[in-house]
Amino acid sequence: MTTILKNRLFWPALILAVMLGVNAFTSNQFIAIQDGHLFGTLIDILRGSAPLILVALGMTLVIATGGIDLSVGSVMAISGAVACLLISDLDNQNSLGGVLIAIGAAILVSLAAGLWNGTLVAVVGIQPIIATLILMVAGRGLAQLFTEGQIINVQSGPYSTLASGFFLALPVALLIAAAAVALTVLLTRRTALGLLLESVGGSPTASRLAGISARRITVMVYVVAGAFAGLAGLIASADIKSADSISAGNLIELDAILAVVIGGTALIGGRFSIAGTVLGAIIIQTLKVTVVAVDIPAEANLLFKSVVVVALCLSQSPDFRAKVFGRFTSRPAAEKVGIPA
Amino acid sequence: MRRTLSVAVFGGLLAVSALAGCGDSDGGAEGGGGDDGQIVLGFSQVGAESGWRTANTESIKASATAAGIKLQFSDAQGKQENQISDIRGFITQKVDVIAFSPVVTSGWDAVLKEAKDAGIPVILTDRAVDSQDTSLYQSFIGSDFKVEGTKAGEWLVKEYEGKTGDVNIVELQGTTGSAPAIDRQTGFADAIKANPNLKIVKSQTGDFKRADGKTVMETFLQSVPKIDVLYAHNDDMGLGAIEAIKAAGKKPGQDIKIITVDAVKDGMTALAAGEINFIVECSPLLGDQLMETVKAVKDGKPVEKRILTKEGTFTQEEAKAALPTRKY
Repeated sequence: MTTILKNRLFWPALILAVMLGVNAFTSNQFIAIQDGHLFGTLIDILRGSAPLILVALGMTLVIATGGIDLSVGSVMAISGAVACLLISDLDNQNSLGGVLIAIGAAILVSLAAGLWNGTLVAVVGIQPIIATLILMVAGRGLAQLFTEGQIINVQSGPYSTLASGFFLALPVALLIAAAAVALTVLLTRRTALGLLLESVGGSPTASRLAGISARRITVMVYVVAGAFAGLAGLIASADIKSADSISAGNLIELDAILAVVIGGTALIGGRFSIAGTVLGAIIIQTLKVTVVAVDIPAEANLLFKSVVVVALCLSQSPDFRAKVFGRFTSRPAAEKVGIPA
Repeated sequence: MRRTLSVAVFGGLLAVSALAGCGDSDGGAEGGGGDDGQIVLGFSQVGAESGWRTANTESIKASATAAGIKLQFSDAQGKQENQISDIRGFITQKVDVIAFSPVVTSGWDAVLKEAKDAGIPVILTDRAVDSQDTSLYQSFIGSDFKVEGTKAGEWLVKEYEGKTGDVNIVELQGTTGSAPAIDRQTGFADAIKANPNLKIVKSQTGDFKRADGKTVMETFLQSVPKIDVLYAHNDDMGLGAIEAIKAAGKKPGQDIKIITVDAVKDGMTALAAGEINFIVECSPLLGDQLMETVKAVKDGKPVEKRILTKEGTFTQEEAKAALPTRKY
């Protein structure tokens, strides 16, 4: 029991469970089967959290090396813009081949964006927060340039499957995110890669002296973060069947960083938890849905969210828990000590 | 030391005044153009943040050409400081009339006072300023968001006329605290107030965005047993909500009636396709009205302090007819 209580992820998981409980109560259909697939609030939450899971996953790896990637939201916008532009030029928007080419092109552009970030950080040696700030600002501009500032609509069945489709009764978007998580876990926990990442995050210089190619690893994590952000951008744009380069992925970098922090990854690098990040991302999405489900007035949304986040972060601090819960249990003892004094 | 400094400052002043003189004579040349009757209008636009804004810019440019007004156009790229320096530029150039769409509502008193002192009339378009001194500008041309909300509500009242059953309405609000969101909400609420069977059961912000409109609508669909009507403060949120409604296995426009505001092309297309039931127009095409006002102001004729943009409403049939000639 105490080992469960001491687990870093126990408290976030508890808060998630409470919020899901509230949703189960307010929702007519928390989980059900409709048209041969799963349906309901729980599925909406999981499907809706797919882009954030992907972005936060990339962010976890970047933060593990002691960096940060502010450009993920802009990369999402670029990737959605590229895909929708290519698809809208197709003669037949429902042709699978054409859509796959568009998706491939969008991922390639996202990889290039990641490579740009990685090169600036690891080769040129610019501070990560500044290096990725460049693409954060310029990237959204690029996306708007591609789309000429307009919202590009697509009516493509295969493309919208990315976000709204179902496979084996489960949402495709969730499966994509799950596959990305599984792949990352496999590569970082079943090979030495995870150790190398943590080592670079701990001290790049010491890692290099120990024979680890710190530079190559750093470039790699930014490329991976770019690819995951690109994938998230595709899901987000397929979800609304259009590329909105102004609002796509806007401020998602902050949600992603929050998810990473809730998950227990240290912002200074060195230690990371993929399970924690996924949990964090799902909590953030659940919070968004809960705000609407329990009728928090629009003006109080942000306040409600911040109260939950503060409670979440405090609950993860052992010192804080000791102070709050310790007081209830140890008060009689304290009084006893108090009388003779 | 002091002497060299003052010499430097004086030299600098000379240079600046020479430059200003340059600008003056340029402006004078353009003013000279006024002799052959051509009015010079300096216009500072907010930026190019949406299709709506682009259409607004194009309307102003086209109307200026048509009206034979020389337009000095500048784009503030969403920044107030750019806009203030643009307006100062217009004052230096001595244009005949200044018009602008304020990026934000406050902080305009100083620069508007400068324009007034220079004897150049100012017209606001699309957005208002919060200056106490209304003599600082001649007129404000733009939409009345409250009227838009009222029009949406009136259509709904008419649609359910004579029916007594409860009608569950959900509302997707715009960006919290923005003027269009507040006014479209109150205008709508006032219009349906007299009919107690029309009930707004849920109202939540979708931030004027498609993605948010979809997510919020998903939750509405899960938490309200029977939704009859959706009222969205702009087309984009409505379009996002349509996706959510389809995903829930319902037919937008039939199972759930949808009312939106704006009438941009994507919204009109959905309206013509029967997925939206009614759109209240918020027109960016105020160019012609602006040019009329500019001419009146230049001739010293009195103008209305508040001029409403000419805008209408669209049903599905009207949308089908209007769509081919739609400019935005």
